[in-house]
Amino acid sequence: MNVTQLNRQTAAEAQLLEAYQTALSELPGDGAVMVARDRLLHALKTQGLPTRRIESWHYTDLRTLLKAVPTAATELAPAVDPVVAGSTVLALSGGKPTGSAAVDGVAVSGFAGQLLSGEAASGLAERGADDAIGRINGAFVRDGYVLDVPAGADLADVIELQANQAGGQSHSRFPVRFGAGSKAVIMERHRAVTENAAFVSSVSDLVLEDGAEITWIILQQQGAGDTHLGQIKIVLNADAKLKLYVINAGGKLVRQEIHVVTAGGGADLTLRGVNLLGGDSHTDVTLTLGHDVPNTTSTEIIRNVVFDRAKGVFQGQIRVAQDAQRTDARMACNTLLLSDEAEFSVKPELEIFADDVQCAHGATVADIDKVHLYYLMARGIPKKEARALLVNAFVAEIVEELEEEALVEALEGVIAGWLEKHG
Amino acid sequence: MLEIRDLHAKIADTDTEIIRGLNLTVKAGEVAAIMGPNGSGKSTLSYILSGRDDYEVTSGDILYNGESILELDPAERAAKGIFLAFQYPVEIPGVATMQFLKVAMNSQRKARGEAELTTPDFMRRVKEAASHLKIDPDMLKRPLNVGFSGGEKKRAEILQMALLEPKLCILDETDSGLDIDALKIVADGVNALRSPDRAVVVITHYQRLLDYIVPDTVHVLYKGQVIKTGDKTLAHELEANGYADIIGAAA
Repeated sequence: MNVTQLNRQTAAEAQLLEAYQTALSELPGDGAVMVARDRLLHALKTQGLPTRRIESWHYTDLRTLLKAVPTAATELAPAVDPVVAGSTVLALSGGKPTGSAAVDGVAVSGFAGQLLSGEAASGLAERGADDAIGRINGAFVRDGYVLDVPAGADLADVIELQANQAGGQSHSRFPVRFGAGSKAVIMERHRAVTENAAFVSSVSDLVLEDGAEITWIILQQQGAGDTHLGQIKIVLNADAKLKLYVINAGGKLVRQEIHVVTAGGGADLTLRGVNLLGGDSHTDVTLTLGHDVPNTTSTEIIRNVVFDRAKGVFQGQIRVAQDAQRTDARMACNTLLLSDEAEFSVKPELEIFADDVQCAHGATVADIDKVHLYYLMARGIPKKEARALLVNAFVAEIVEELEEEALVEALEGVIAGWLEKHG
Repeated sequence: MLEIRDLHAKIADTDTEIIRGLNLTVKAGEVAAIMGPNGSGKSTLSYILSGRDDYEVTSGDILYNGESILELDPAERAAKGIFLAFQYPVEIPGVATMQFLKVAMNSQRKARGEAELTTPDFMRRVKEAASHLKIDPDMLKRPLNVGFSGGEKKRAEILQMALLEPKLCILDETDSGLDIDALKIVADGVNALRSPDRAVVVITHYQRLLDYIVPDTVHVLYKGQVIKTGDKTLAHELEANGYADIIGAAA
């Protein structure tokens, strides 16, 4: 039996376990943290990476898809200009902070400090038995940034968490608390600076106190050979409003999980997703959203553009608790499939236990509208440009909902740049 | 400028023939009106001239300045100076009107080997053309044709025509859905473009538009053929007597 068990371990699983042994002496943490890490690794070792038999991983069989985990030591990944000019940049290289860590009016520290003091130990726990990202990140996390935005703060400049990597492994974490009534725009940006294969895990842990109004953008621009495992966990307290944008524009194997719970009436989530998929990539956006208390609202719109042989997945699970009356949740997933070999799987899941609620979901899959294309061409716009214009329009609509003009312009630039390369 | 020779065309993927041996010649400087009852093939003809691939030419030819355009796609025809003002302009959410205008103008310039317009030059041209057509600048800030009224859409078509300066202008029922004031504005816009090196094909149901855009020739289309050709008095005759006499004589 033991022999069979060993044979079943994939190359990537073996590499992960080996990487842990190698890294062990350098991983920061007090006793409690190291115990937590060991426990997570043990679970990883005994249960292996999730397969399609685990329901939440059904469309992303990580065990099969993850072929190798690079171990090579990383060179320094230098920071670049932020997406939005004038942003305050908190840079990381290979998961570790570089440069100054100061933001006007915000308490900022390195996450390694919380690991060393043991403060981070309880937060390292996995969400559940299927939480592979939490497990990997919890076992391997080295550093990150901890932000505390004071109550009432109104931050004028965008804060860009710029996670650069030059290949190898990066595991970082971003616990952020937004005080009551605070306002801020955060860009969580993941980018490859080289073509070296990378294995990245990143967990953001957000708490929005009462009345906080936050825009959080995850911009994933990893390299064509990279694995990116992202997770954002969010607690929305009373009247807190979060606009969460997830933009995937890179990576070979990508999973971005979004886990939201509402903890107070009046909480509102606006989730917008843009998936720009090409090559042989596999990209999965998985949402779980708990409308757990009465009077909370959410809208989710995911727009996907799929070229080449790329595969995409969106799983959207909305739970409405029994006493969560007057919940209003609306989810839509629209896909443009631009090649015969492109694929997109959509799995909406509504679990409603309350009776006085408004919940809706819808999904569409289409090619570019032929009449639109003809109209643009009839004005002299060549087919390729006309297609690019229409694809861009399909996703730009989502970005244009943002009120901040500088942000809209910057993100439209990112999208146009991607389409120019892949369209 | 335009010579259509014994053209036969059908809806692609079906055997429904719509154009059945159509002959038509339009010279440079000429304004030709094409009239005909519903279902005679007027709009189909305009789509075929623009290169829409929902229709398939089965025989005959379309010569533009002496060269066949059958093998050219819509963008290539547009770059050569063929413009169709649509009966039903298409709404395209997410594409800003100004961006569309700029890309269209520069695409055509590029295809002709001309330099791209500078932004100030582009803005000046749009502003000027828009004011002639009494187009509210706010309309141009919206996505292309989205939320435009019927009249606004038609004016936007003529604006595009004025900016793109085509050589062969085809107006497909541009008068439909326009009140008399809008009709005059649109007709003025078209008349401003009349020139010895430009031809205009006006497709219409009614004589009304032809009071404002006075044609040199009038052609009656019926069952996919031109069954009668005359001067502007033919349009008045049709207005007074309907199509029945002509159709009867041709049958």
